[in-house]
Amino acid sequence: MERHQSAALVAPILTARDAGLVGCRGCGRVWPQGTPTCGRCGARLVPVDVRGLQAVWAWLIAGLIFYVPANLYPMLLTKTLTGHLENTILGGVIELLAHHNYGVAAIVFGASIVIPIGKFIAIAYLALAVGNERRAGGHRHLRLYEVVEFIGRWSMIDVFVVAILSALVQLGFVATINPGPAAASFALSVAFTMLSAQSFDPRLIWRGPPDTAGNK
Amino acid sequence: MISLDDLVSAQDRLIACPQCDALHLVEDLTETESASCARCGTLLIAPRARSFLHVVALSFTAMILMVGAVFFPFLKISTKGLSHDSSVFGAAMTFSDGLLAPLSLAVLLMIVALPVLRFTALIYTLWPLANGRAPWPQAARAFRLAEATLPWSMAEIFVIGTAVALVKVAGLATVSLGPAFWAFCALIIVVALKNSFMSKWTIWNAISQPR
Ligand SMILES: [Zn+2]
Ligand SMILES: [Zn+2]
Repeated sequence: MERHQSAALVAPILTARDAGLVGCRGCGRVWPQGTPTCGRCGARLVPVDVRGLQAVWAWLIAGLIFYVPANLYPMLLTKTLTGHLENTILGGVIELLAHHNYGVAAIVFGASIVIPIGKFIAIAYLALAVGNERRAGGHRHLRLYEVVEFIGRWSMIDVFVVAILSALVQLGFVATINPGPAAASFALSVAFTMLSAQSFDPRLIWRGPPDTAGNK
Repeated sequence: MISLDDLVSAQDRLIACPQCDALHLVEDLTETESASCARCGTLLIAPRARSFLHVVALSFTAMILMVGAVFFPFLKISTKGLSHDSSVFGAAMTFSDGLLAPLSLAVLLMIVALPVLRFTALIYTLWPLANGRAPWPQAARAFRLAEATLPWSMAEIFVIGTAVALVKVAGLATVSLGPAFWAFCALIIVVALKNSFMSKWTIWNAISQPR
C-alpha cells in the first residue's frame, strides 16, 4: 500500500454543510450553498437533507410489493419425461437440499431470500436512524450502507439462473425448462430496492445533532 | 485551524467527501501518492497518469473479452443423444415471448449493453487524458454516463448464475462449459481491477482543467 496523505482534513472535522457549502456527490468539488448544479461535472447539487429519504421509502415500498408475488408464483416451469414441475423460489431451494446440493442451496437461499429481506430491514433501519437526529451514526452505519450497496445487485442471480436454464434446457420431450411469472416480479423487486439504496444519501449518516451541526 | 473565510476563498482546492461530506484541503500530490478521506476512508484522489492508463487498458481488455463472451457458446448440454448449446445472447432471449419480453431486454442490458457502454465511455474520456492531451468534446457527459451505468452492469453476477444453473441441471443431463464461460470469468477479474483504480475527483479534475 502507498501512504495515504496530502488531503489534509479541515480541522477538527468540518463538513461542507457546516461551512455553508454544498459538496458535489459526483466529483467532490464544493460550491456555495444554493448552487443548483455543479459547474465542473454538471451533477445536480443536493443539500444534505432528510427530505431525500422520501424517495428511499417510496422505492423500498415498491420493492416490497413486488417481492410478494415473486415468492408466491413459480420461477421455473420444468417439463420432463416423468412429469411437470413448477418451482417457486423456496421450492427450488428445497429441491436442491433434497438432492444434497447444500452449497448451491445456500447460495440461492442467500441471494433470493436472505439478501432481499436483509436489505429491506437494513435500508429501513438506516432511514429511520438518520431521520431521528439524536446522534450521528458514524462508521457502523456507513459500513452497513456499504454492505447494502455492494450486496444488493447479487440478488439478481436468481433471474439469471432462470434465463440460463430456460435457454439451455430445450431438449424436446426429454426435458424443457421455461421461465415462470415470478422471474419478472423478482427482477423488479431487486431493481426497486437498488434504486432505494441509491437514493439514500450516506452523508446523512454523519450529520450530527442539529445544534452542533449549524442551523441551516 | 483554518477559518471560514479562508475556506470560501480556497474553494478550488477543497474536496468534500462524497460519502460523508467531510471537507479536505487538497495539496499537491506526486504522481504516485493517493489520498483517502480521513474520517470514512473513501478513496478521494488517485495517482493521475498511471491510473488513467490502467483504466483505459483494462477497458480495452474487457471489450475484447465481452465480444468473445457474447457470441461464442458458453454452455452445452447433452443427454440421450440430444444436445443443445446456448450463447449469452440466447439466454437473454428466453424471456422474449409473452409477458416476460421486457425482462429479456433488461437482462441483455445488464449483462451486455451497459457494460459495453461503460467501457466505451471510459475509454473515450480517459484515452486523451492518459496521453497528456486535452479531453475530447463531451468528455464530461461521457464520464457521467459511465458513472450512472456502474451499479447496473452485472456481468460478474451472471457468471455465478451460470455456476448455479450448472448444478441444477447436473442430474438431468451432461453439461460442458464453452469458451465464452472462461471469457466471462476473465471479464469479472478485469472489471474488479479497473474499478479499484478509479477516483472520480481525479478524473473530473483532469476533464475540467485541459493541459
Ligand atoms: Zn461535480
Ligand atoms: Zn469521508
